[in-house]
Amino acid sequence: MINKAGIEQYLYASFGPELKFGRWLIVSKAFTDKLVGDIGALLLDDQVAIVGIGYSGFSPATPSQSYKELIFDAASRAYAECSVNPRKDVGSFVCCEEDLWEGTSITDEYAPDQLGAAQRTLCTLSQDGLNGVATAYMHIKSGVASIAVVESHSKLSNVLSQSQVREFALEPYYERPILSDGIPVAAMQMRRFMHDYKVAEEDIAQVVSKNKKNGLFNQRSSYAADVSVEQAMRSPFVWNPLRRIQVAPPADGCVVAVLASAEKARSMTEQPVWIKGIGWNSASTSAESAVSSEALYAKEAAKMAYKIAGVDSPGSYFDFAEVDDTYAFKELQHAEALGIADMGVSKGNTQADAPVPINMSGGSLSLGDLVEAMGLVRLLEAVQRLRNAERKRSKGLKRALVQSWRGIPSSSGAVAVLGVE
Amino acid sequence: MRKVAVIGAGMTKFRHRMLETGRELSFEASRAALDSARMDIKNVDSVVLGSAPDAFDGLHMKGEYLLDGAGGSGKPYTRVYVGGGTGVFIPAAAWWHVASGVSDVVLAVGEEKMSPLQPHPQYAFWSIFDQFLERPLGVTLLWIFSLEMRRYMSVYGIKEEDIALVAVKNKGNAMDHPSAQLPMRITVDDVMKSEPICTPVKRLDVSPTSDGAAALVLASEDVARKYTDDPVWITGVGWNVDTTFWTNRDLCYPEYVEKAAMMAYKMAGISNPRKEIDFAEVYDPFDYKELHHMEGLQLAKRGEAPKMTREGITQRDGDLPINPSGGLLGVGNPIAAAGVMKVAELFWQLRGEAGRRQVKKPVHRGLAQAWGDLMQVGTVVIMER
Amino acid sequence: MGRSHAGRNRGDYGEVMGMENPSEPQGTALTPDEWRGKEIFFRNFHTKFTYSWDTGVAIGHFLEALKAGKIVGRSCSGCNRVLVPPRMFCELCFRPTDDWIDVLDTGVVNTFSISYVNNDASRREQPLFVAVINIDGASPGMGFLHLLGEVDAEQIHVGMKVRAKWKPAHERTGAITDISYFKPSEEL
Repeated sequence: MINKAGIEQYLYASFGPELKFGRWLIVSKAFTDKLVGDIGALLLDDQVAIVGIGYSGFSPATPSQSYKELIFDAASRAYAECSVNPRKDVGSFVCCEEDLWEGTSITDEYAPDQLGAAQRTLCTLSQDGLNGVATAYMHIKSGVASIAVVESHSKLSNVLSQSQVREFALEPYYERPILSDGIPVAAMQMRRFMHDYKVAEEDIAQVVSKNKKNGLFNQRSSYAADVSVEQAMRSPFVWNPLRRIQVAPPADGCVVAVLASAEKARSMTEQPVWIKGIGWNSASTSAESAVSSEALYAKEAAKMAYKIAGVDSPGSYFDFAEVDDTYAFKELQHAEALGIADMGVSKGNTQADAPVPINMSGGSLSLGDLVEAMGLVRLLEAVQRLRNAERKRSKGLKRALVQSWRGIPSSSGAVAVLGVE
Repeated sequence: MRKVAVIGAGMTKFRHRMLETGRELSFEASRAALDSARMDIKNVDSVVLGSAPDAFDGLHMKGEYLLDGAGGSGKPYTRVYVGGGTGVFIPAAAWWHVASGVSDVVLAVGEEKMSPLQPHPQYAFWSIFDQFLERPLGVTLLWIFSLEMRRYMSVYGIKEEDIALVAVKNKGNAMDHPSAQLPMRITVDDVMKSEPICTPVKRLDVSPTSDGAAALVLASEDVARKYTDDPVWITGVGWNVDTTFWTNRDLCYPEYVEKAAMMAYKMAGISNPRKEIDFAEVYDPFDYKELHHMEGLQLAKRGEAPKMTREGITQRDGDLPINPSGGLLGVGNPIAAAGVMKVAELFWQLRGEAGRRQVKKPVHRGLAQAWGDLMQVGTVVIMER
Repeated sequence: MGRSHAGRNRGDYGEVMGMENPSEPQGTALTPDEWRGKEIFFRNFHTKFTYSWDTGVAIGHFLEALKAGKIVGRSCSGCNRVLVPPRMFCELCFRPTDDWIDVLDTGVVNTFSISYVNNDASRREQPLFVAVINIDGASPGMGFLHLLGEVDAEQIHVGMKVRAKWKPAHERTGAITDISYFKPSEEL
């Protein structure tokens, strides 16, 4: 099969990594990379697009539906958007879930039926939904599938022991005897971040106020509110310096995304959203190393995604960003790692009129914590915004940045670069 | 898609209970695999890890905890998960990292530390069942295996003695495996007289619970040729998951294994597996499972795998050696690690490096397969040299 | 190291003659005495997780019917099946199912096992009889897991006809255990 990788291999084998013309002109590897990319694009369009996305739930509780029924609902909507029959057309299904959030060991057993994936190529990742997108992207690029489906969901309302589950994620020998929840790790991380980057309480309250207010314009937000900076600063501490209002509250919901190769995508939808780049990364896990002021996982994941997408200066490339804000300070920390905000002007950069507005959807602070589905929630918001802008023919919203983080105590996250051009 | 090679493999001992933590076991296996590929962790672009239920280790988000030991820190790292099928699925996942052009070198690690859970690792399996329909009945994993074994025997008229031959063969083969937990010279009579657990399943029909880890290094063609003159190629991968409603299916035949195998056979250009596969590492957590899976893989006609076993065809010196490693019954069953061990065995056998375990006939193409979930998942890897 | 077959299928593999992989596998096995006798360090951790799972429409109605002493399924007009246990969507057709169907509380043993262990692997004093029961009135081969009672081990066989033994109405809670077990429905 011919694909971009094959063409690259051929070109590099023919010319070597550095092109030399005569004695004087030496062309850099960056130029070769670009040449390879351009020739590759001419010869064959091997991009991957999001062609359908569906959701259900987005509520603090969803008592009338089982998780299976919730997923069936979201999947049906995603498939309807791009006229896909999962029983025939889909080459790969990827589910992202963790046993303890389900209350079921080997929880992948319960994944296939509600997606139409019985006796089909389905697999599960113990990762965030955006990692699932990366996996589906690789399935399409490697020729396993030309259409792939990614699913992730949250039924946190059914987990009465959320704090114990978070405790169970801590290192068992020397962390768990001291900490009984993951939240204090977030609080310590926040302290260190505020200290190193000279971030004030007001800056974080600003994020809370912005996201809670943005959420008022989003039908999916359960926790939106007209909160002022002053009100945000009066919220009680959960673990000092972390305040209750700075923590995304739990919510139920499901998101299902349909991805397709360029060839398929154009016939499936008039509005394909292209995955221009994708990256993921994990830094070290233990709580003490998680207490770092820099979100290395986001930085490295972005580096990988930007390289694939050819993004040189993210601050001017992107029109908007959907960034993880499980804890309000994380939005600032992630924006810094992604290179879309200068910490010195962090306040300004997260406003709607900023060069790269962040979380115009309302973020997790408005939409809620949907555990492993968080990355797909960010993706959903970005895709909807790109499509709406296109429908309204409003210029200026063509490139989006999506980022996710797996939560305490992980240092794992993913980044996707989306575009409608 | 790009060609993908395996250039290194390593594993720890498999034992009922080990001193090392899951992180440490992952490290030992990863280190051994990198050493055998003559590589350093800095050569690795991304890492894929697999491990079965979090309940064993007593850890939520176990993949995050294990990543340091598996060499994943600072790298693109993914934990994949398809129950018992995970082990053979890990190299399949590493394969698509390379085949897609995203990575050139991938470390694939399988880890399982089952011993921490008290009073017994089996207890974790209670929570794999449906919370409304099955858990209230006090169900155990052993029930569904014994129900499936009975169905298989009843539909095809198979005797327990025929099935016991598999345990005798695999535990015997494991006598030559340096990592083996339960190498044994036993007879059919020993299996038949062993303590009944869930009839028709008896003590010696079952693989043990284990701690252990195993790892592989996968590389793109250009990198592989730089590091070795003798790469072994992954030419087919396949996976498939059947409906959750296992009580709505006829358990006598694993359709999902057939579908997974067909995906891999198509990729590898194989039309007659019985002729074109030289040897196989077939998933054998229970002895009847080896037979059941041989049939699903089209290596035997339905109901005829016991006959092939009886005739010695599946012995190391037979025409179609099955589980020359000793399998899960002999080497042990640290779930995800056991599947990787099977793929490592393909690597060693194909390179002629299996020592006393080397099969008699010349081998050029091997198959590894694992199974998982509620009689539901099939995963297949085909390798060639 | 014992005799080696290495290089058998390739004469030019001389340099690995005698190689046996995995070579010197790492790992330190613990003996039962070492860990029972606490000769090495352990950290014990006890936890309890509480969940309150939404039954949803399909299983919610199934449990409600059990409380009323009935077994119900769902029909799918796409594949013309009656699905037991019921679901709101058909996994084969990927469409919503159509109607509630009362099925019978009788069935046939599809397969069975006699369990001598509990789910923590401890031995049982009395063995437990478990079976997959194909329910009459559902499509062929459709059924669920349950227990068998009022029968001797030697009498149980694949194909045995059985009937649900219900708990008294006042003891039923809307759970799978509202059926105590299935028992033979014919003279054995």
